[in-house]
Amino acid sequence: MSLLEVDAIDTFYGDFQALYGISMAVDEGQVVAVIGANGAGKSTLMKSIVGLLHPARGRILLDGRPVEGMRPSKLVAQGIALVPEGRRLFPSLSVGENLMVAGQLGRPGPWTIERVFDLFPVLRERQHQQSTSLSGGQQQMVAIGRALMSNPRLLLCDELSLGLAPIVVREIFGRLPEIVAQGTSIVIVEQDVMQAMAAASMLYCLQEGRTVLSGPPKSLTADTVRAAYFGV
Amino acid sequence: MDWLNTIVQGVLLGGLYALFAAGLSLIFGVMRLVNIAHGDIIVVTAYMAFFTTRLLGIDPFTALLIVVPLSALVGYLLQRLLLNRTLGEDLPPLLVTFGLSVIIQNVLLLLFKADSHKLQMGSLEVASWMPVPGLYIGALPLIQFCTAVVVVGGLQVLFYRTPLGRAFRATSDDPEIAQLMGLDNRHLFGMAMALALAVAAIAGTFIAIRTNFDPFAGPNLLIFGFEAIIIGGLGSLWGTLAGGVLLGVAQSVGGELNVAWPILAGHVAFLMVLLVRRQGLFPKVMA
Repeated sequence: MSLLEVDAIDTFYGDFQALYGISMAVDEGQVVAVIGANGAGKSTLMKSIVGLLHPARGRILLDGRPVEGMRPSKLVAQGIALVPEGRRLFPSLSVGENLMVAGQLGRPGPWTIERVFDLFPVLRERQHQQSTSLSGGQQQMVAIGRALMSNPRLLLCDELSLGLAPIVVREIFGRLPEIVAQGTSIVIVEQDVMQAMAAASMLYCLQEGRTVLSGPPKSLTADTVRAAYFGV
Repeated sequence: MDWLNTIVQGVLLGGLYALFAAGLSLIFGVMRLVNIAHGDIIVVTAYMAFFTTRLLGIDPFTALLIVVPLSALVGYLLQRLLLNRTLGEDLPPLLVTFGLSVIIQNVLLLLFKADSHKLQMGSLEVASWMPVPGLYIGALPLIQFCTAVVVVGGLQVLFYRTPLGRAFRATSDDPEIAQLMGLDNRHLFGMAMALALAVAAIAGTFIAIRTNFDPFAGPNLLIFGFEAIIIGGLGSLWGTLAGGVLLGVAQSVGGELNVAWPILAGHVAFLMVLLVRRQGLFPKVMA
């Protein structure tokens, strides 16, 4: 049984349908990538999984139990955490407070503030600074650490690479295996296709709200991925 | 010496205004809700203090032990059952709290008539202390002011040193993301309203001791509270205390010049601050 199973969900923004029968599965300890151009529905899929949007049809199962329609704060308690697009740190909280506030839920697990500092040592020396005073890459580290503080079983990362220099992106992606090693599954949503394909063992490509391609990255050629991504 | 007395009395009165304002400021800070009914809620707590004291035969300060927790509970329920449903847009919470204000005034009128009430404090009401010859400091105003300092300091510690305060600030920054970090906004907003009403209850009890109050006293208290917040600078707790003090001093000096001027002088001081420093005296530095 998969840790997360998304089964043919349709999600709407008012009258506008953003997702059409999207399905995906994430196994324990797996890294799954969701790629697609702007407006393909990647973020909508993430919002549907974390409970910010409720699919009109279809099911979302965590450990075989339906979770669609649950409140976001309940879903965090169930073990789903999101690194939101654009990081969205709490500006009036320090770096340390950003981490601590997400740990207040008290979900047991391997991640503590000390472990997050071990993962991203630069944050240890910056913990008393305002989160907004950090560089983009460091802010992304705080956003990842903040999500980890709730000890998720499933970590959703929305556009980790957005606005970051390639060297910083590589450094951050380089930390993902350490997170997986703690037993956390990861879904990465990316526009940086090469980075996503390198990190994941399963790939889904969305286009205009539909899955147009899926499979292990190794089985896909650059041409088929390009065709699916751009829809040509 | 007369002027010194006037100013000292104004400062001490400012503590009371800071107590009006602290609850309003807290609610606005955490959930961007402007609670038009806040003044009326303070009046309700004044009645609660009055009847608790009467019925149980205890003094007003002991009555706080009952009135404060009870008000906090009412605040939590009010938020969970009613106000949480109105949040999300600007207008609905404003209209609902305005309606609540009208309802509270009329229910109070129905229950207690338009008669004004006042809590008796016995000898403490007239007790005063003379630190230097000619300067009189009333015991009650002093207690009131010290209470305001303790309350504002307590809120400051709560906001910046405790997990609950951290959660309040996170939710205030970004309610959507706060939920995604496991914080339940509905509960947090309930806690904020509970806290606001607990502070309101302290203010209400002091009002009941200090002056006559009737079912329609609320809107005036609300105005003083708003003015203290705006003078002090939105979002700053110590600024709120300073704003209350400035308002108190202005009223007291105005009253010294002409007995008909205290309220007017307060409003004029408020407008002057708006003219000269629109962001208030101690605006919170927004990140």
